[in-house]
Amino acid sequence: MIQAPDLPPWAALIVGICLLLGASVTLIGTVGLVRMKTFYERLHPPTLGPTLGTAFILMASITCFSAMQSRPVVHEILIAVFVTLTTPLTLMLLARAALYRDRLAGDMSVPGDDDNGPSSPAVTRDAQGSPPPN
Amino acid sequence: MSHLLLGLAITAAQILLGLAMACASFRILRGPRAQDRVLGLDALYLAAMLLLLTYGIQTGRTLFFEAAFIIALLGFAGTVALAKFLMRGEVIE
Repeated sequence: MIQAPDLPPWAALIVGICLLLGASVTLIGTVGLVRMKTFYERLHPPTLGPTLGTAFILMASITCFSAMQSRPVVHEILIAVFVTLTTPLTLMLLARAALYRDRLAGDMSVPGDDDNGPSSPAVTRDAQGSPPPN
Repeated sequence: MSHLLLGLAITAAQILLGLAMACASFRILRGPRAQDRVLGLDALYLAAMLLLLTYGIQTGRTLFFEAAFIIALLGFAGTVALAKFLMRGEVIE
């Protein structure tokens, strides 16, 4: 089903190109999520979607609604700011949780904790007797 | 002409985002450990949000923008809660 808003040609060009670019970048990121081998490698590719993919699609949305209502519509910037702020936060929390679980499980391939900060779990080094790497 | 091309571009972008959602759900279903599934959920809600934005462009309604914004807000809270659960074993201490 082909349906599109009535836009002037310059706006249609910008909207179409931005949409295709943003969707392709997001798809590349999730394909990386499928193809990477370990969890710590898999953390990296999905960050393409929240940054470049969201930026392109929001740019398309801003252009489309601004051209349709003939005034600048910028409330999409809310989503951009929010996603840009929250994605590194969630992925870092997730990475720390995974690191904590791997250390608890006694996985030797993850680095031990050599910063004994207040929030870092002091679990593995004494339990395994292995020196910290590097 | 530009109308038709824009329609094709919007539909192609929706198909690409649907494929992205399929890849993310593959990681949710297959992911060997719990953190892989949470990561897949994160990618899934983000692709769904972008898909809603393309529907908003297609129909010209601002309702889809509100839905996308709510998905962005609640998806963040969900991923943080799940990461906290993986780390501590409970969400609210």
